[in-house]
Amino acid sequence: MKVPDDLKYTENDEWIRVEGDEGVIGITDFAQDQLSDIVFVEVLEDVGASLDQGAACAAVESVKAAADVYLPVAGEIVATNQELPNQPELINSDPYGQAWILRIRLTDASQLDNLLDAAAYQQSIEARNH
Amino acid sequence: MTFIPHTDLDRQHMLAAIGVSRLDDLFEAVPAALRFPQLDLPAGISEMEVMNELQALAEDTTNAHQFTSFLGAGAYDHFIPAVVDHVLQRSEFYTAYTPYQPEVSQGTLQAIFEFQSHICNLTGMEVANASVYDGATALAEAVNMALNHHRGRRDRVVLAPTVHPHYRDTVQTYLRGTDVEVVGPQGFAAGLPSLIDHIDDQTALVAVQYPDFLGHINDYGPVAEAARASGALFCVVVNPIALGLLEPPSAFGADVVVGEGQPLGIPLSFGGPYLGLFATRQAYVRKMPGRLVGETTDDRGQRGYVLTLTPREQHIRREKATSNICTNQGLMALAAGVYLTVMGRQGLRRVAELCYHKAHYAAEQIGALPSYALWNQRPFFHEFVIETPLPVEHISRQLLASRIIGGYDLSQWQPELANHMLVAVTERNTREDIDRFVEALAEVGNA
Repeated sequence: MKVPDDLKYTENDEWIRVEGDEGVIGITDFAQDQLSDIVFVEVLEDVGASLDQGAACAAVESVKAAADVYLPVAGEIVATNQELPNQPELINSDPYGQAWILRIRLTDASQLDNLLDAAAYQQSIEARNH
Repeated sequence: MTFIPHTDLDRQHMLAAIGVSRLDDLFEAVPAALRFPQLDLPAGISEMEVMNELQALAEDTTNAHQFTSFLGAGAYDHFIPAVVDHVLQRSEFYTAYTPYQPEVSQGTLQAIFEFQSHICNLTGMEVANASVYDGATALAEAVNMALNHHRGRRDRVVLAPTVHPHYRDTVQTYLRGTDVEVVGPQGFAAGLPSLIDHIDDQTALVAVQYPDFLGHINDYGPVAEAARASGALFCVVVNPIALGLLEPPSAFGADVVVGEGQPLGIPLSFGGPYLGLFATRQAYVRKMPGRLVGETTDDRGQRGYVLTLTPREQHIRREKATSNICTNQGLMALAAGVYLTVMGRQGLRRVAELCYHKAHYAAEQIGALPSYALWNQRPFFHEFVIETPLPVEHISRQLLASRIIGGYDLSQWQPELANHMLVAVTERNTREDIDRFVEALAEVGNA
């Protein structure tokens, strides 16, 4: 299960890649593996929306389950991935790359400190795998 | 024959085991006044006696076919080819409950798939669901779908005043307890410009009826345009028979098409069971209520049918559900599917043409009577309003004596439309029927 070092993670299996004052958000390799074949992705908020940390911002549906995606840190949505609704399977094939879900402008960068680093997230999924 | 599995002996054993002597002892704690009362029913009678009694009751009531009916207003008396009932009566269809399991339900799933395909053809829309309860429910579900589409950010629904009053009521019922407001001009006579005035950036859905409640065929292009410009979804409530003749709602920008499927091979039968039609664009398929059957191939490459989509909220994320439609009107959808298959494009068009021409003949004849006037100033399909010299209720009572069921009393919904009767004419009304109706009206008017 890939857990890139340069990302921050949540216990809910979202990742965020910080780029300056912006963050790119998606769901992890572990999450896509647990969900299996993803068939539908819906971003629940529009560009320009300001959301709190933990707000439901997208829904992901697979052949066996559906899950909400929660915002790892507060921010204003600046872009959503237009490819994803047409190719939800990208989440299975490239969860950390092409399958980014949305991009936000961080409201409070200090919230990043509450997130897990790669090692802590690795521990979290190992704990859940047993 | 009893369907209670316990014998008296079983019961005695059970009572003895728990240490009471009679079943009633178990209910001692409940005050006598609150216990189920003695019903004092008459003694049972034989099957033959039951049949005689039911027959007598049946003869006491009447059905539309013993009369000539000019009553419509949402439920229409059309001819139903015998093959419709013949297929419905097949036990594979009428006994099956929630028959969605593809391994054992290919016939039902195929029938639903064909029904959906018919509704898509008829409405011009890209997807149709497996049906909902009735036309009113279908509209209420369209409202929910639009609110969901706007994720709760829009809280107003614009309904044309000429959407069926029962449907408007059903929408209100669905919206009870929410902050969503139904707006729109009041009164059947309000024009489309005043409808457009109500559309703004808080409008989730705009709904109109086609033909409208008073029978009019309106040009809804400008309404669709205004809805689109505001970002609202545009919903058209249809009479499916009219679509045999009229331009489909997809042609003037409908996002959702709903309607009552009863005219498609389903008898009047006291108002139900009927059939809710629901069709929309592919873009909204994930928000669509109810179920969708799809065609696929099995592992041997053979054509087969499966339940392709159900609202995921029924199984997971239930707290976010926007629709509770978990099933469909399977048997009624089958009736509509068989009806449309038998009729075909030409047959349906012929039915619609007959309705149109007969209605216009009737309107012309009634309008020529000295004490009556045709109220409609715009094109209409098979329903129209006449101004009557006396209250509609009075006229209808007189008509019954001539074995004619008169039209709908519009003052029920709008008191200022006292003496206005909504008249429906279908292919089942012969020219002789219509002439007899006109004569009877003349007689009542002169009396």
